[in-house]
Amino acid sequence: MIELENVSKSFTLHNQGSAVIPVMERVNLAVAAGECVGLVGASGAGKSTLMRVIYGNYLAASGRVMVGDLDVAQAEPRQIIALRRDTLGYVSQFLRVVPRVAALDVVAEPLLAVGTPIEAARDKAASLLAELNIPERLWSLSPTTFSGGEQQRVNIARGFAYDYPALLLDEPTASLDAKNRATVLRLIEGAKARGAAIIGIFHDEAARDQVCDSFIDVSAFSPQVAA
Amino acid sequence: MSSQTGDQEMTPLLQVNALTKMYGPRIGCKDVSFDLYPGEVMGIVGESGSGKSTLLNAMAGHHPPDRGEVVFDTRADGPVDTLKMSEPERRMLGRTDWAFVHQHARDGLRMSVSAGGNIGERLMAVGGRHYGEIRTQAADWLGRVEISDSRIDDRPSAFSGGMQQRLQIARNLVTGPRLVFMDEPTGGLDVSVQARLLDLLRSLVREMGLSAIIVTHDLAVVRLLADRLMVMKDGHVVESGLTDQVLDDPQHAYTQLLVSSVLQV
Repeated sequence: MIELENVSKSFTLHNQGSAVIPVMERVNLAVAAGECVGLVGASGAGKSTLMRVIYGNYLAASGRVMVGDLDVAQAEPRQIIALRRDTLGYVSQFLRVVPRVAALDVVAEPLLAVGTPIEAARDKAASLLAELNIPERLWSLSPTTFSGGEQQRVNIARGFAYDYPALLLDEPTASLDAKNRATVLRLIEGAKARGAAIIGIFHDEAARDQVCDSFIDVSAFSPQVAA
Repeated sequence: MSSQTGDQEMTPLLQVNALTKMYGPRIGCKDVSFDLYPGEVMGIVGESGSGKSTLLNAMAGHHPPDRGEVVFDTRADGPVDTLKMSEPERRMLGRTDWAFVHQHARDGLRMSVSAGGNIGERLMAVGGRHYGEIRTQAADWLGRVEISDSRIDDRPSAFSGGMQQRLQIARNLVTGPRLVFMDEPTGGLDVSVQARLLDLLRSLVREMGLSAIIVTHDLAVVRLLADRLMVMKDGHVVESGLTDQVLDDPQHAYTQLLVSSVLQV
């Protein structure tokens, strides 16, 4: 479902003497449907960067980034927009939403985007918010006013509202209490069971071991400094 | 309408080819080309004087460009170069499938006509004749843009800036256009009003399947509203792509400067 071949990524800082900062090279990985691969490596090794390359948020410098039939590294914006709507979900560490939109609608949005009727979308959103212990009195409020942990759970609910065939999860269990952590792990296992291909970053080792089928150490992709 | 699946052969709603507008020897905008597909929202950013408003006005037919094509997929005849249309044809398009939201609401409203009249006028321009129906629709649209229908007979001059802007949007969208041009639609508004307007625009885009081209200098606005982004400098497009990719991993020196210059709140 997700397959990377010889991918590299570098940043060119045009306004700082055109410094070129290579961040990763020769990335090869494959994730099949129903499989969860964990990205590991020290902070700064490039786990989130790799995830952003797969999501099309960062432009790969070379190589192929296949998600389903689409090469994200070469795709047109509208193809990536369609991919993100229909195929590839992403739970980032930060919630980014239009202020003033109710949490319930924030969570329902991915379903509305694929044409789910509004009642069905809201029902699903409500059940996810309940499962993640967001008190019902908050559902009609904008999550921009929520605590960090609540925002993170809204973000997770949003990521699992629609059944994406492929999912990227950046620290989905960070800073959650035991009960919510268990819920998130159950959601991940549910997604795997229905055949989703998942790439995750977990600092929580127990969580990682519970849901991941294999691991990739991204430090292996750091550019080799010429001796 | 949400028949947006692996549609490789979908016809672009708008195809802009090598559009150029000069002001004497000075470049307004030069060789701008892009395709816009149904349901897409594209942002155009750049500093003052970069040519973004010139481009918008050239596309919308307000200021005729010197060269290039603006091909619109019309309902009746398929893709047609709007710059070659006759004036009445283009005006008809401007009343039906196209809409233009001005930065200053008073440029897009008739200030001496009531709020209801401002909306009704557009309906009458496309053949609406039944007073009761026009008034009902006007009231419905006032509701959608969150203006109380007790204000239907008030003139826009009695409205706040944010209300005027919402009224302008209602006036523009009541005829169900397929393409909306917007020039700094949230400029000059309080941030609280901006957020409300952004939410409104997003839901209208989704519910009506609108395509939109939004000129703004506010990067936060495009991040929330636009799927795609075009960055202009000195009349040229220096970078374009997926909005979050352009903002988070800008490739051009100017875009990098623009993105890194944003003040954090």
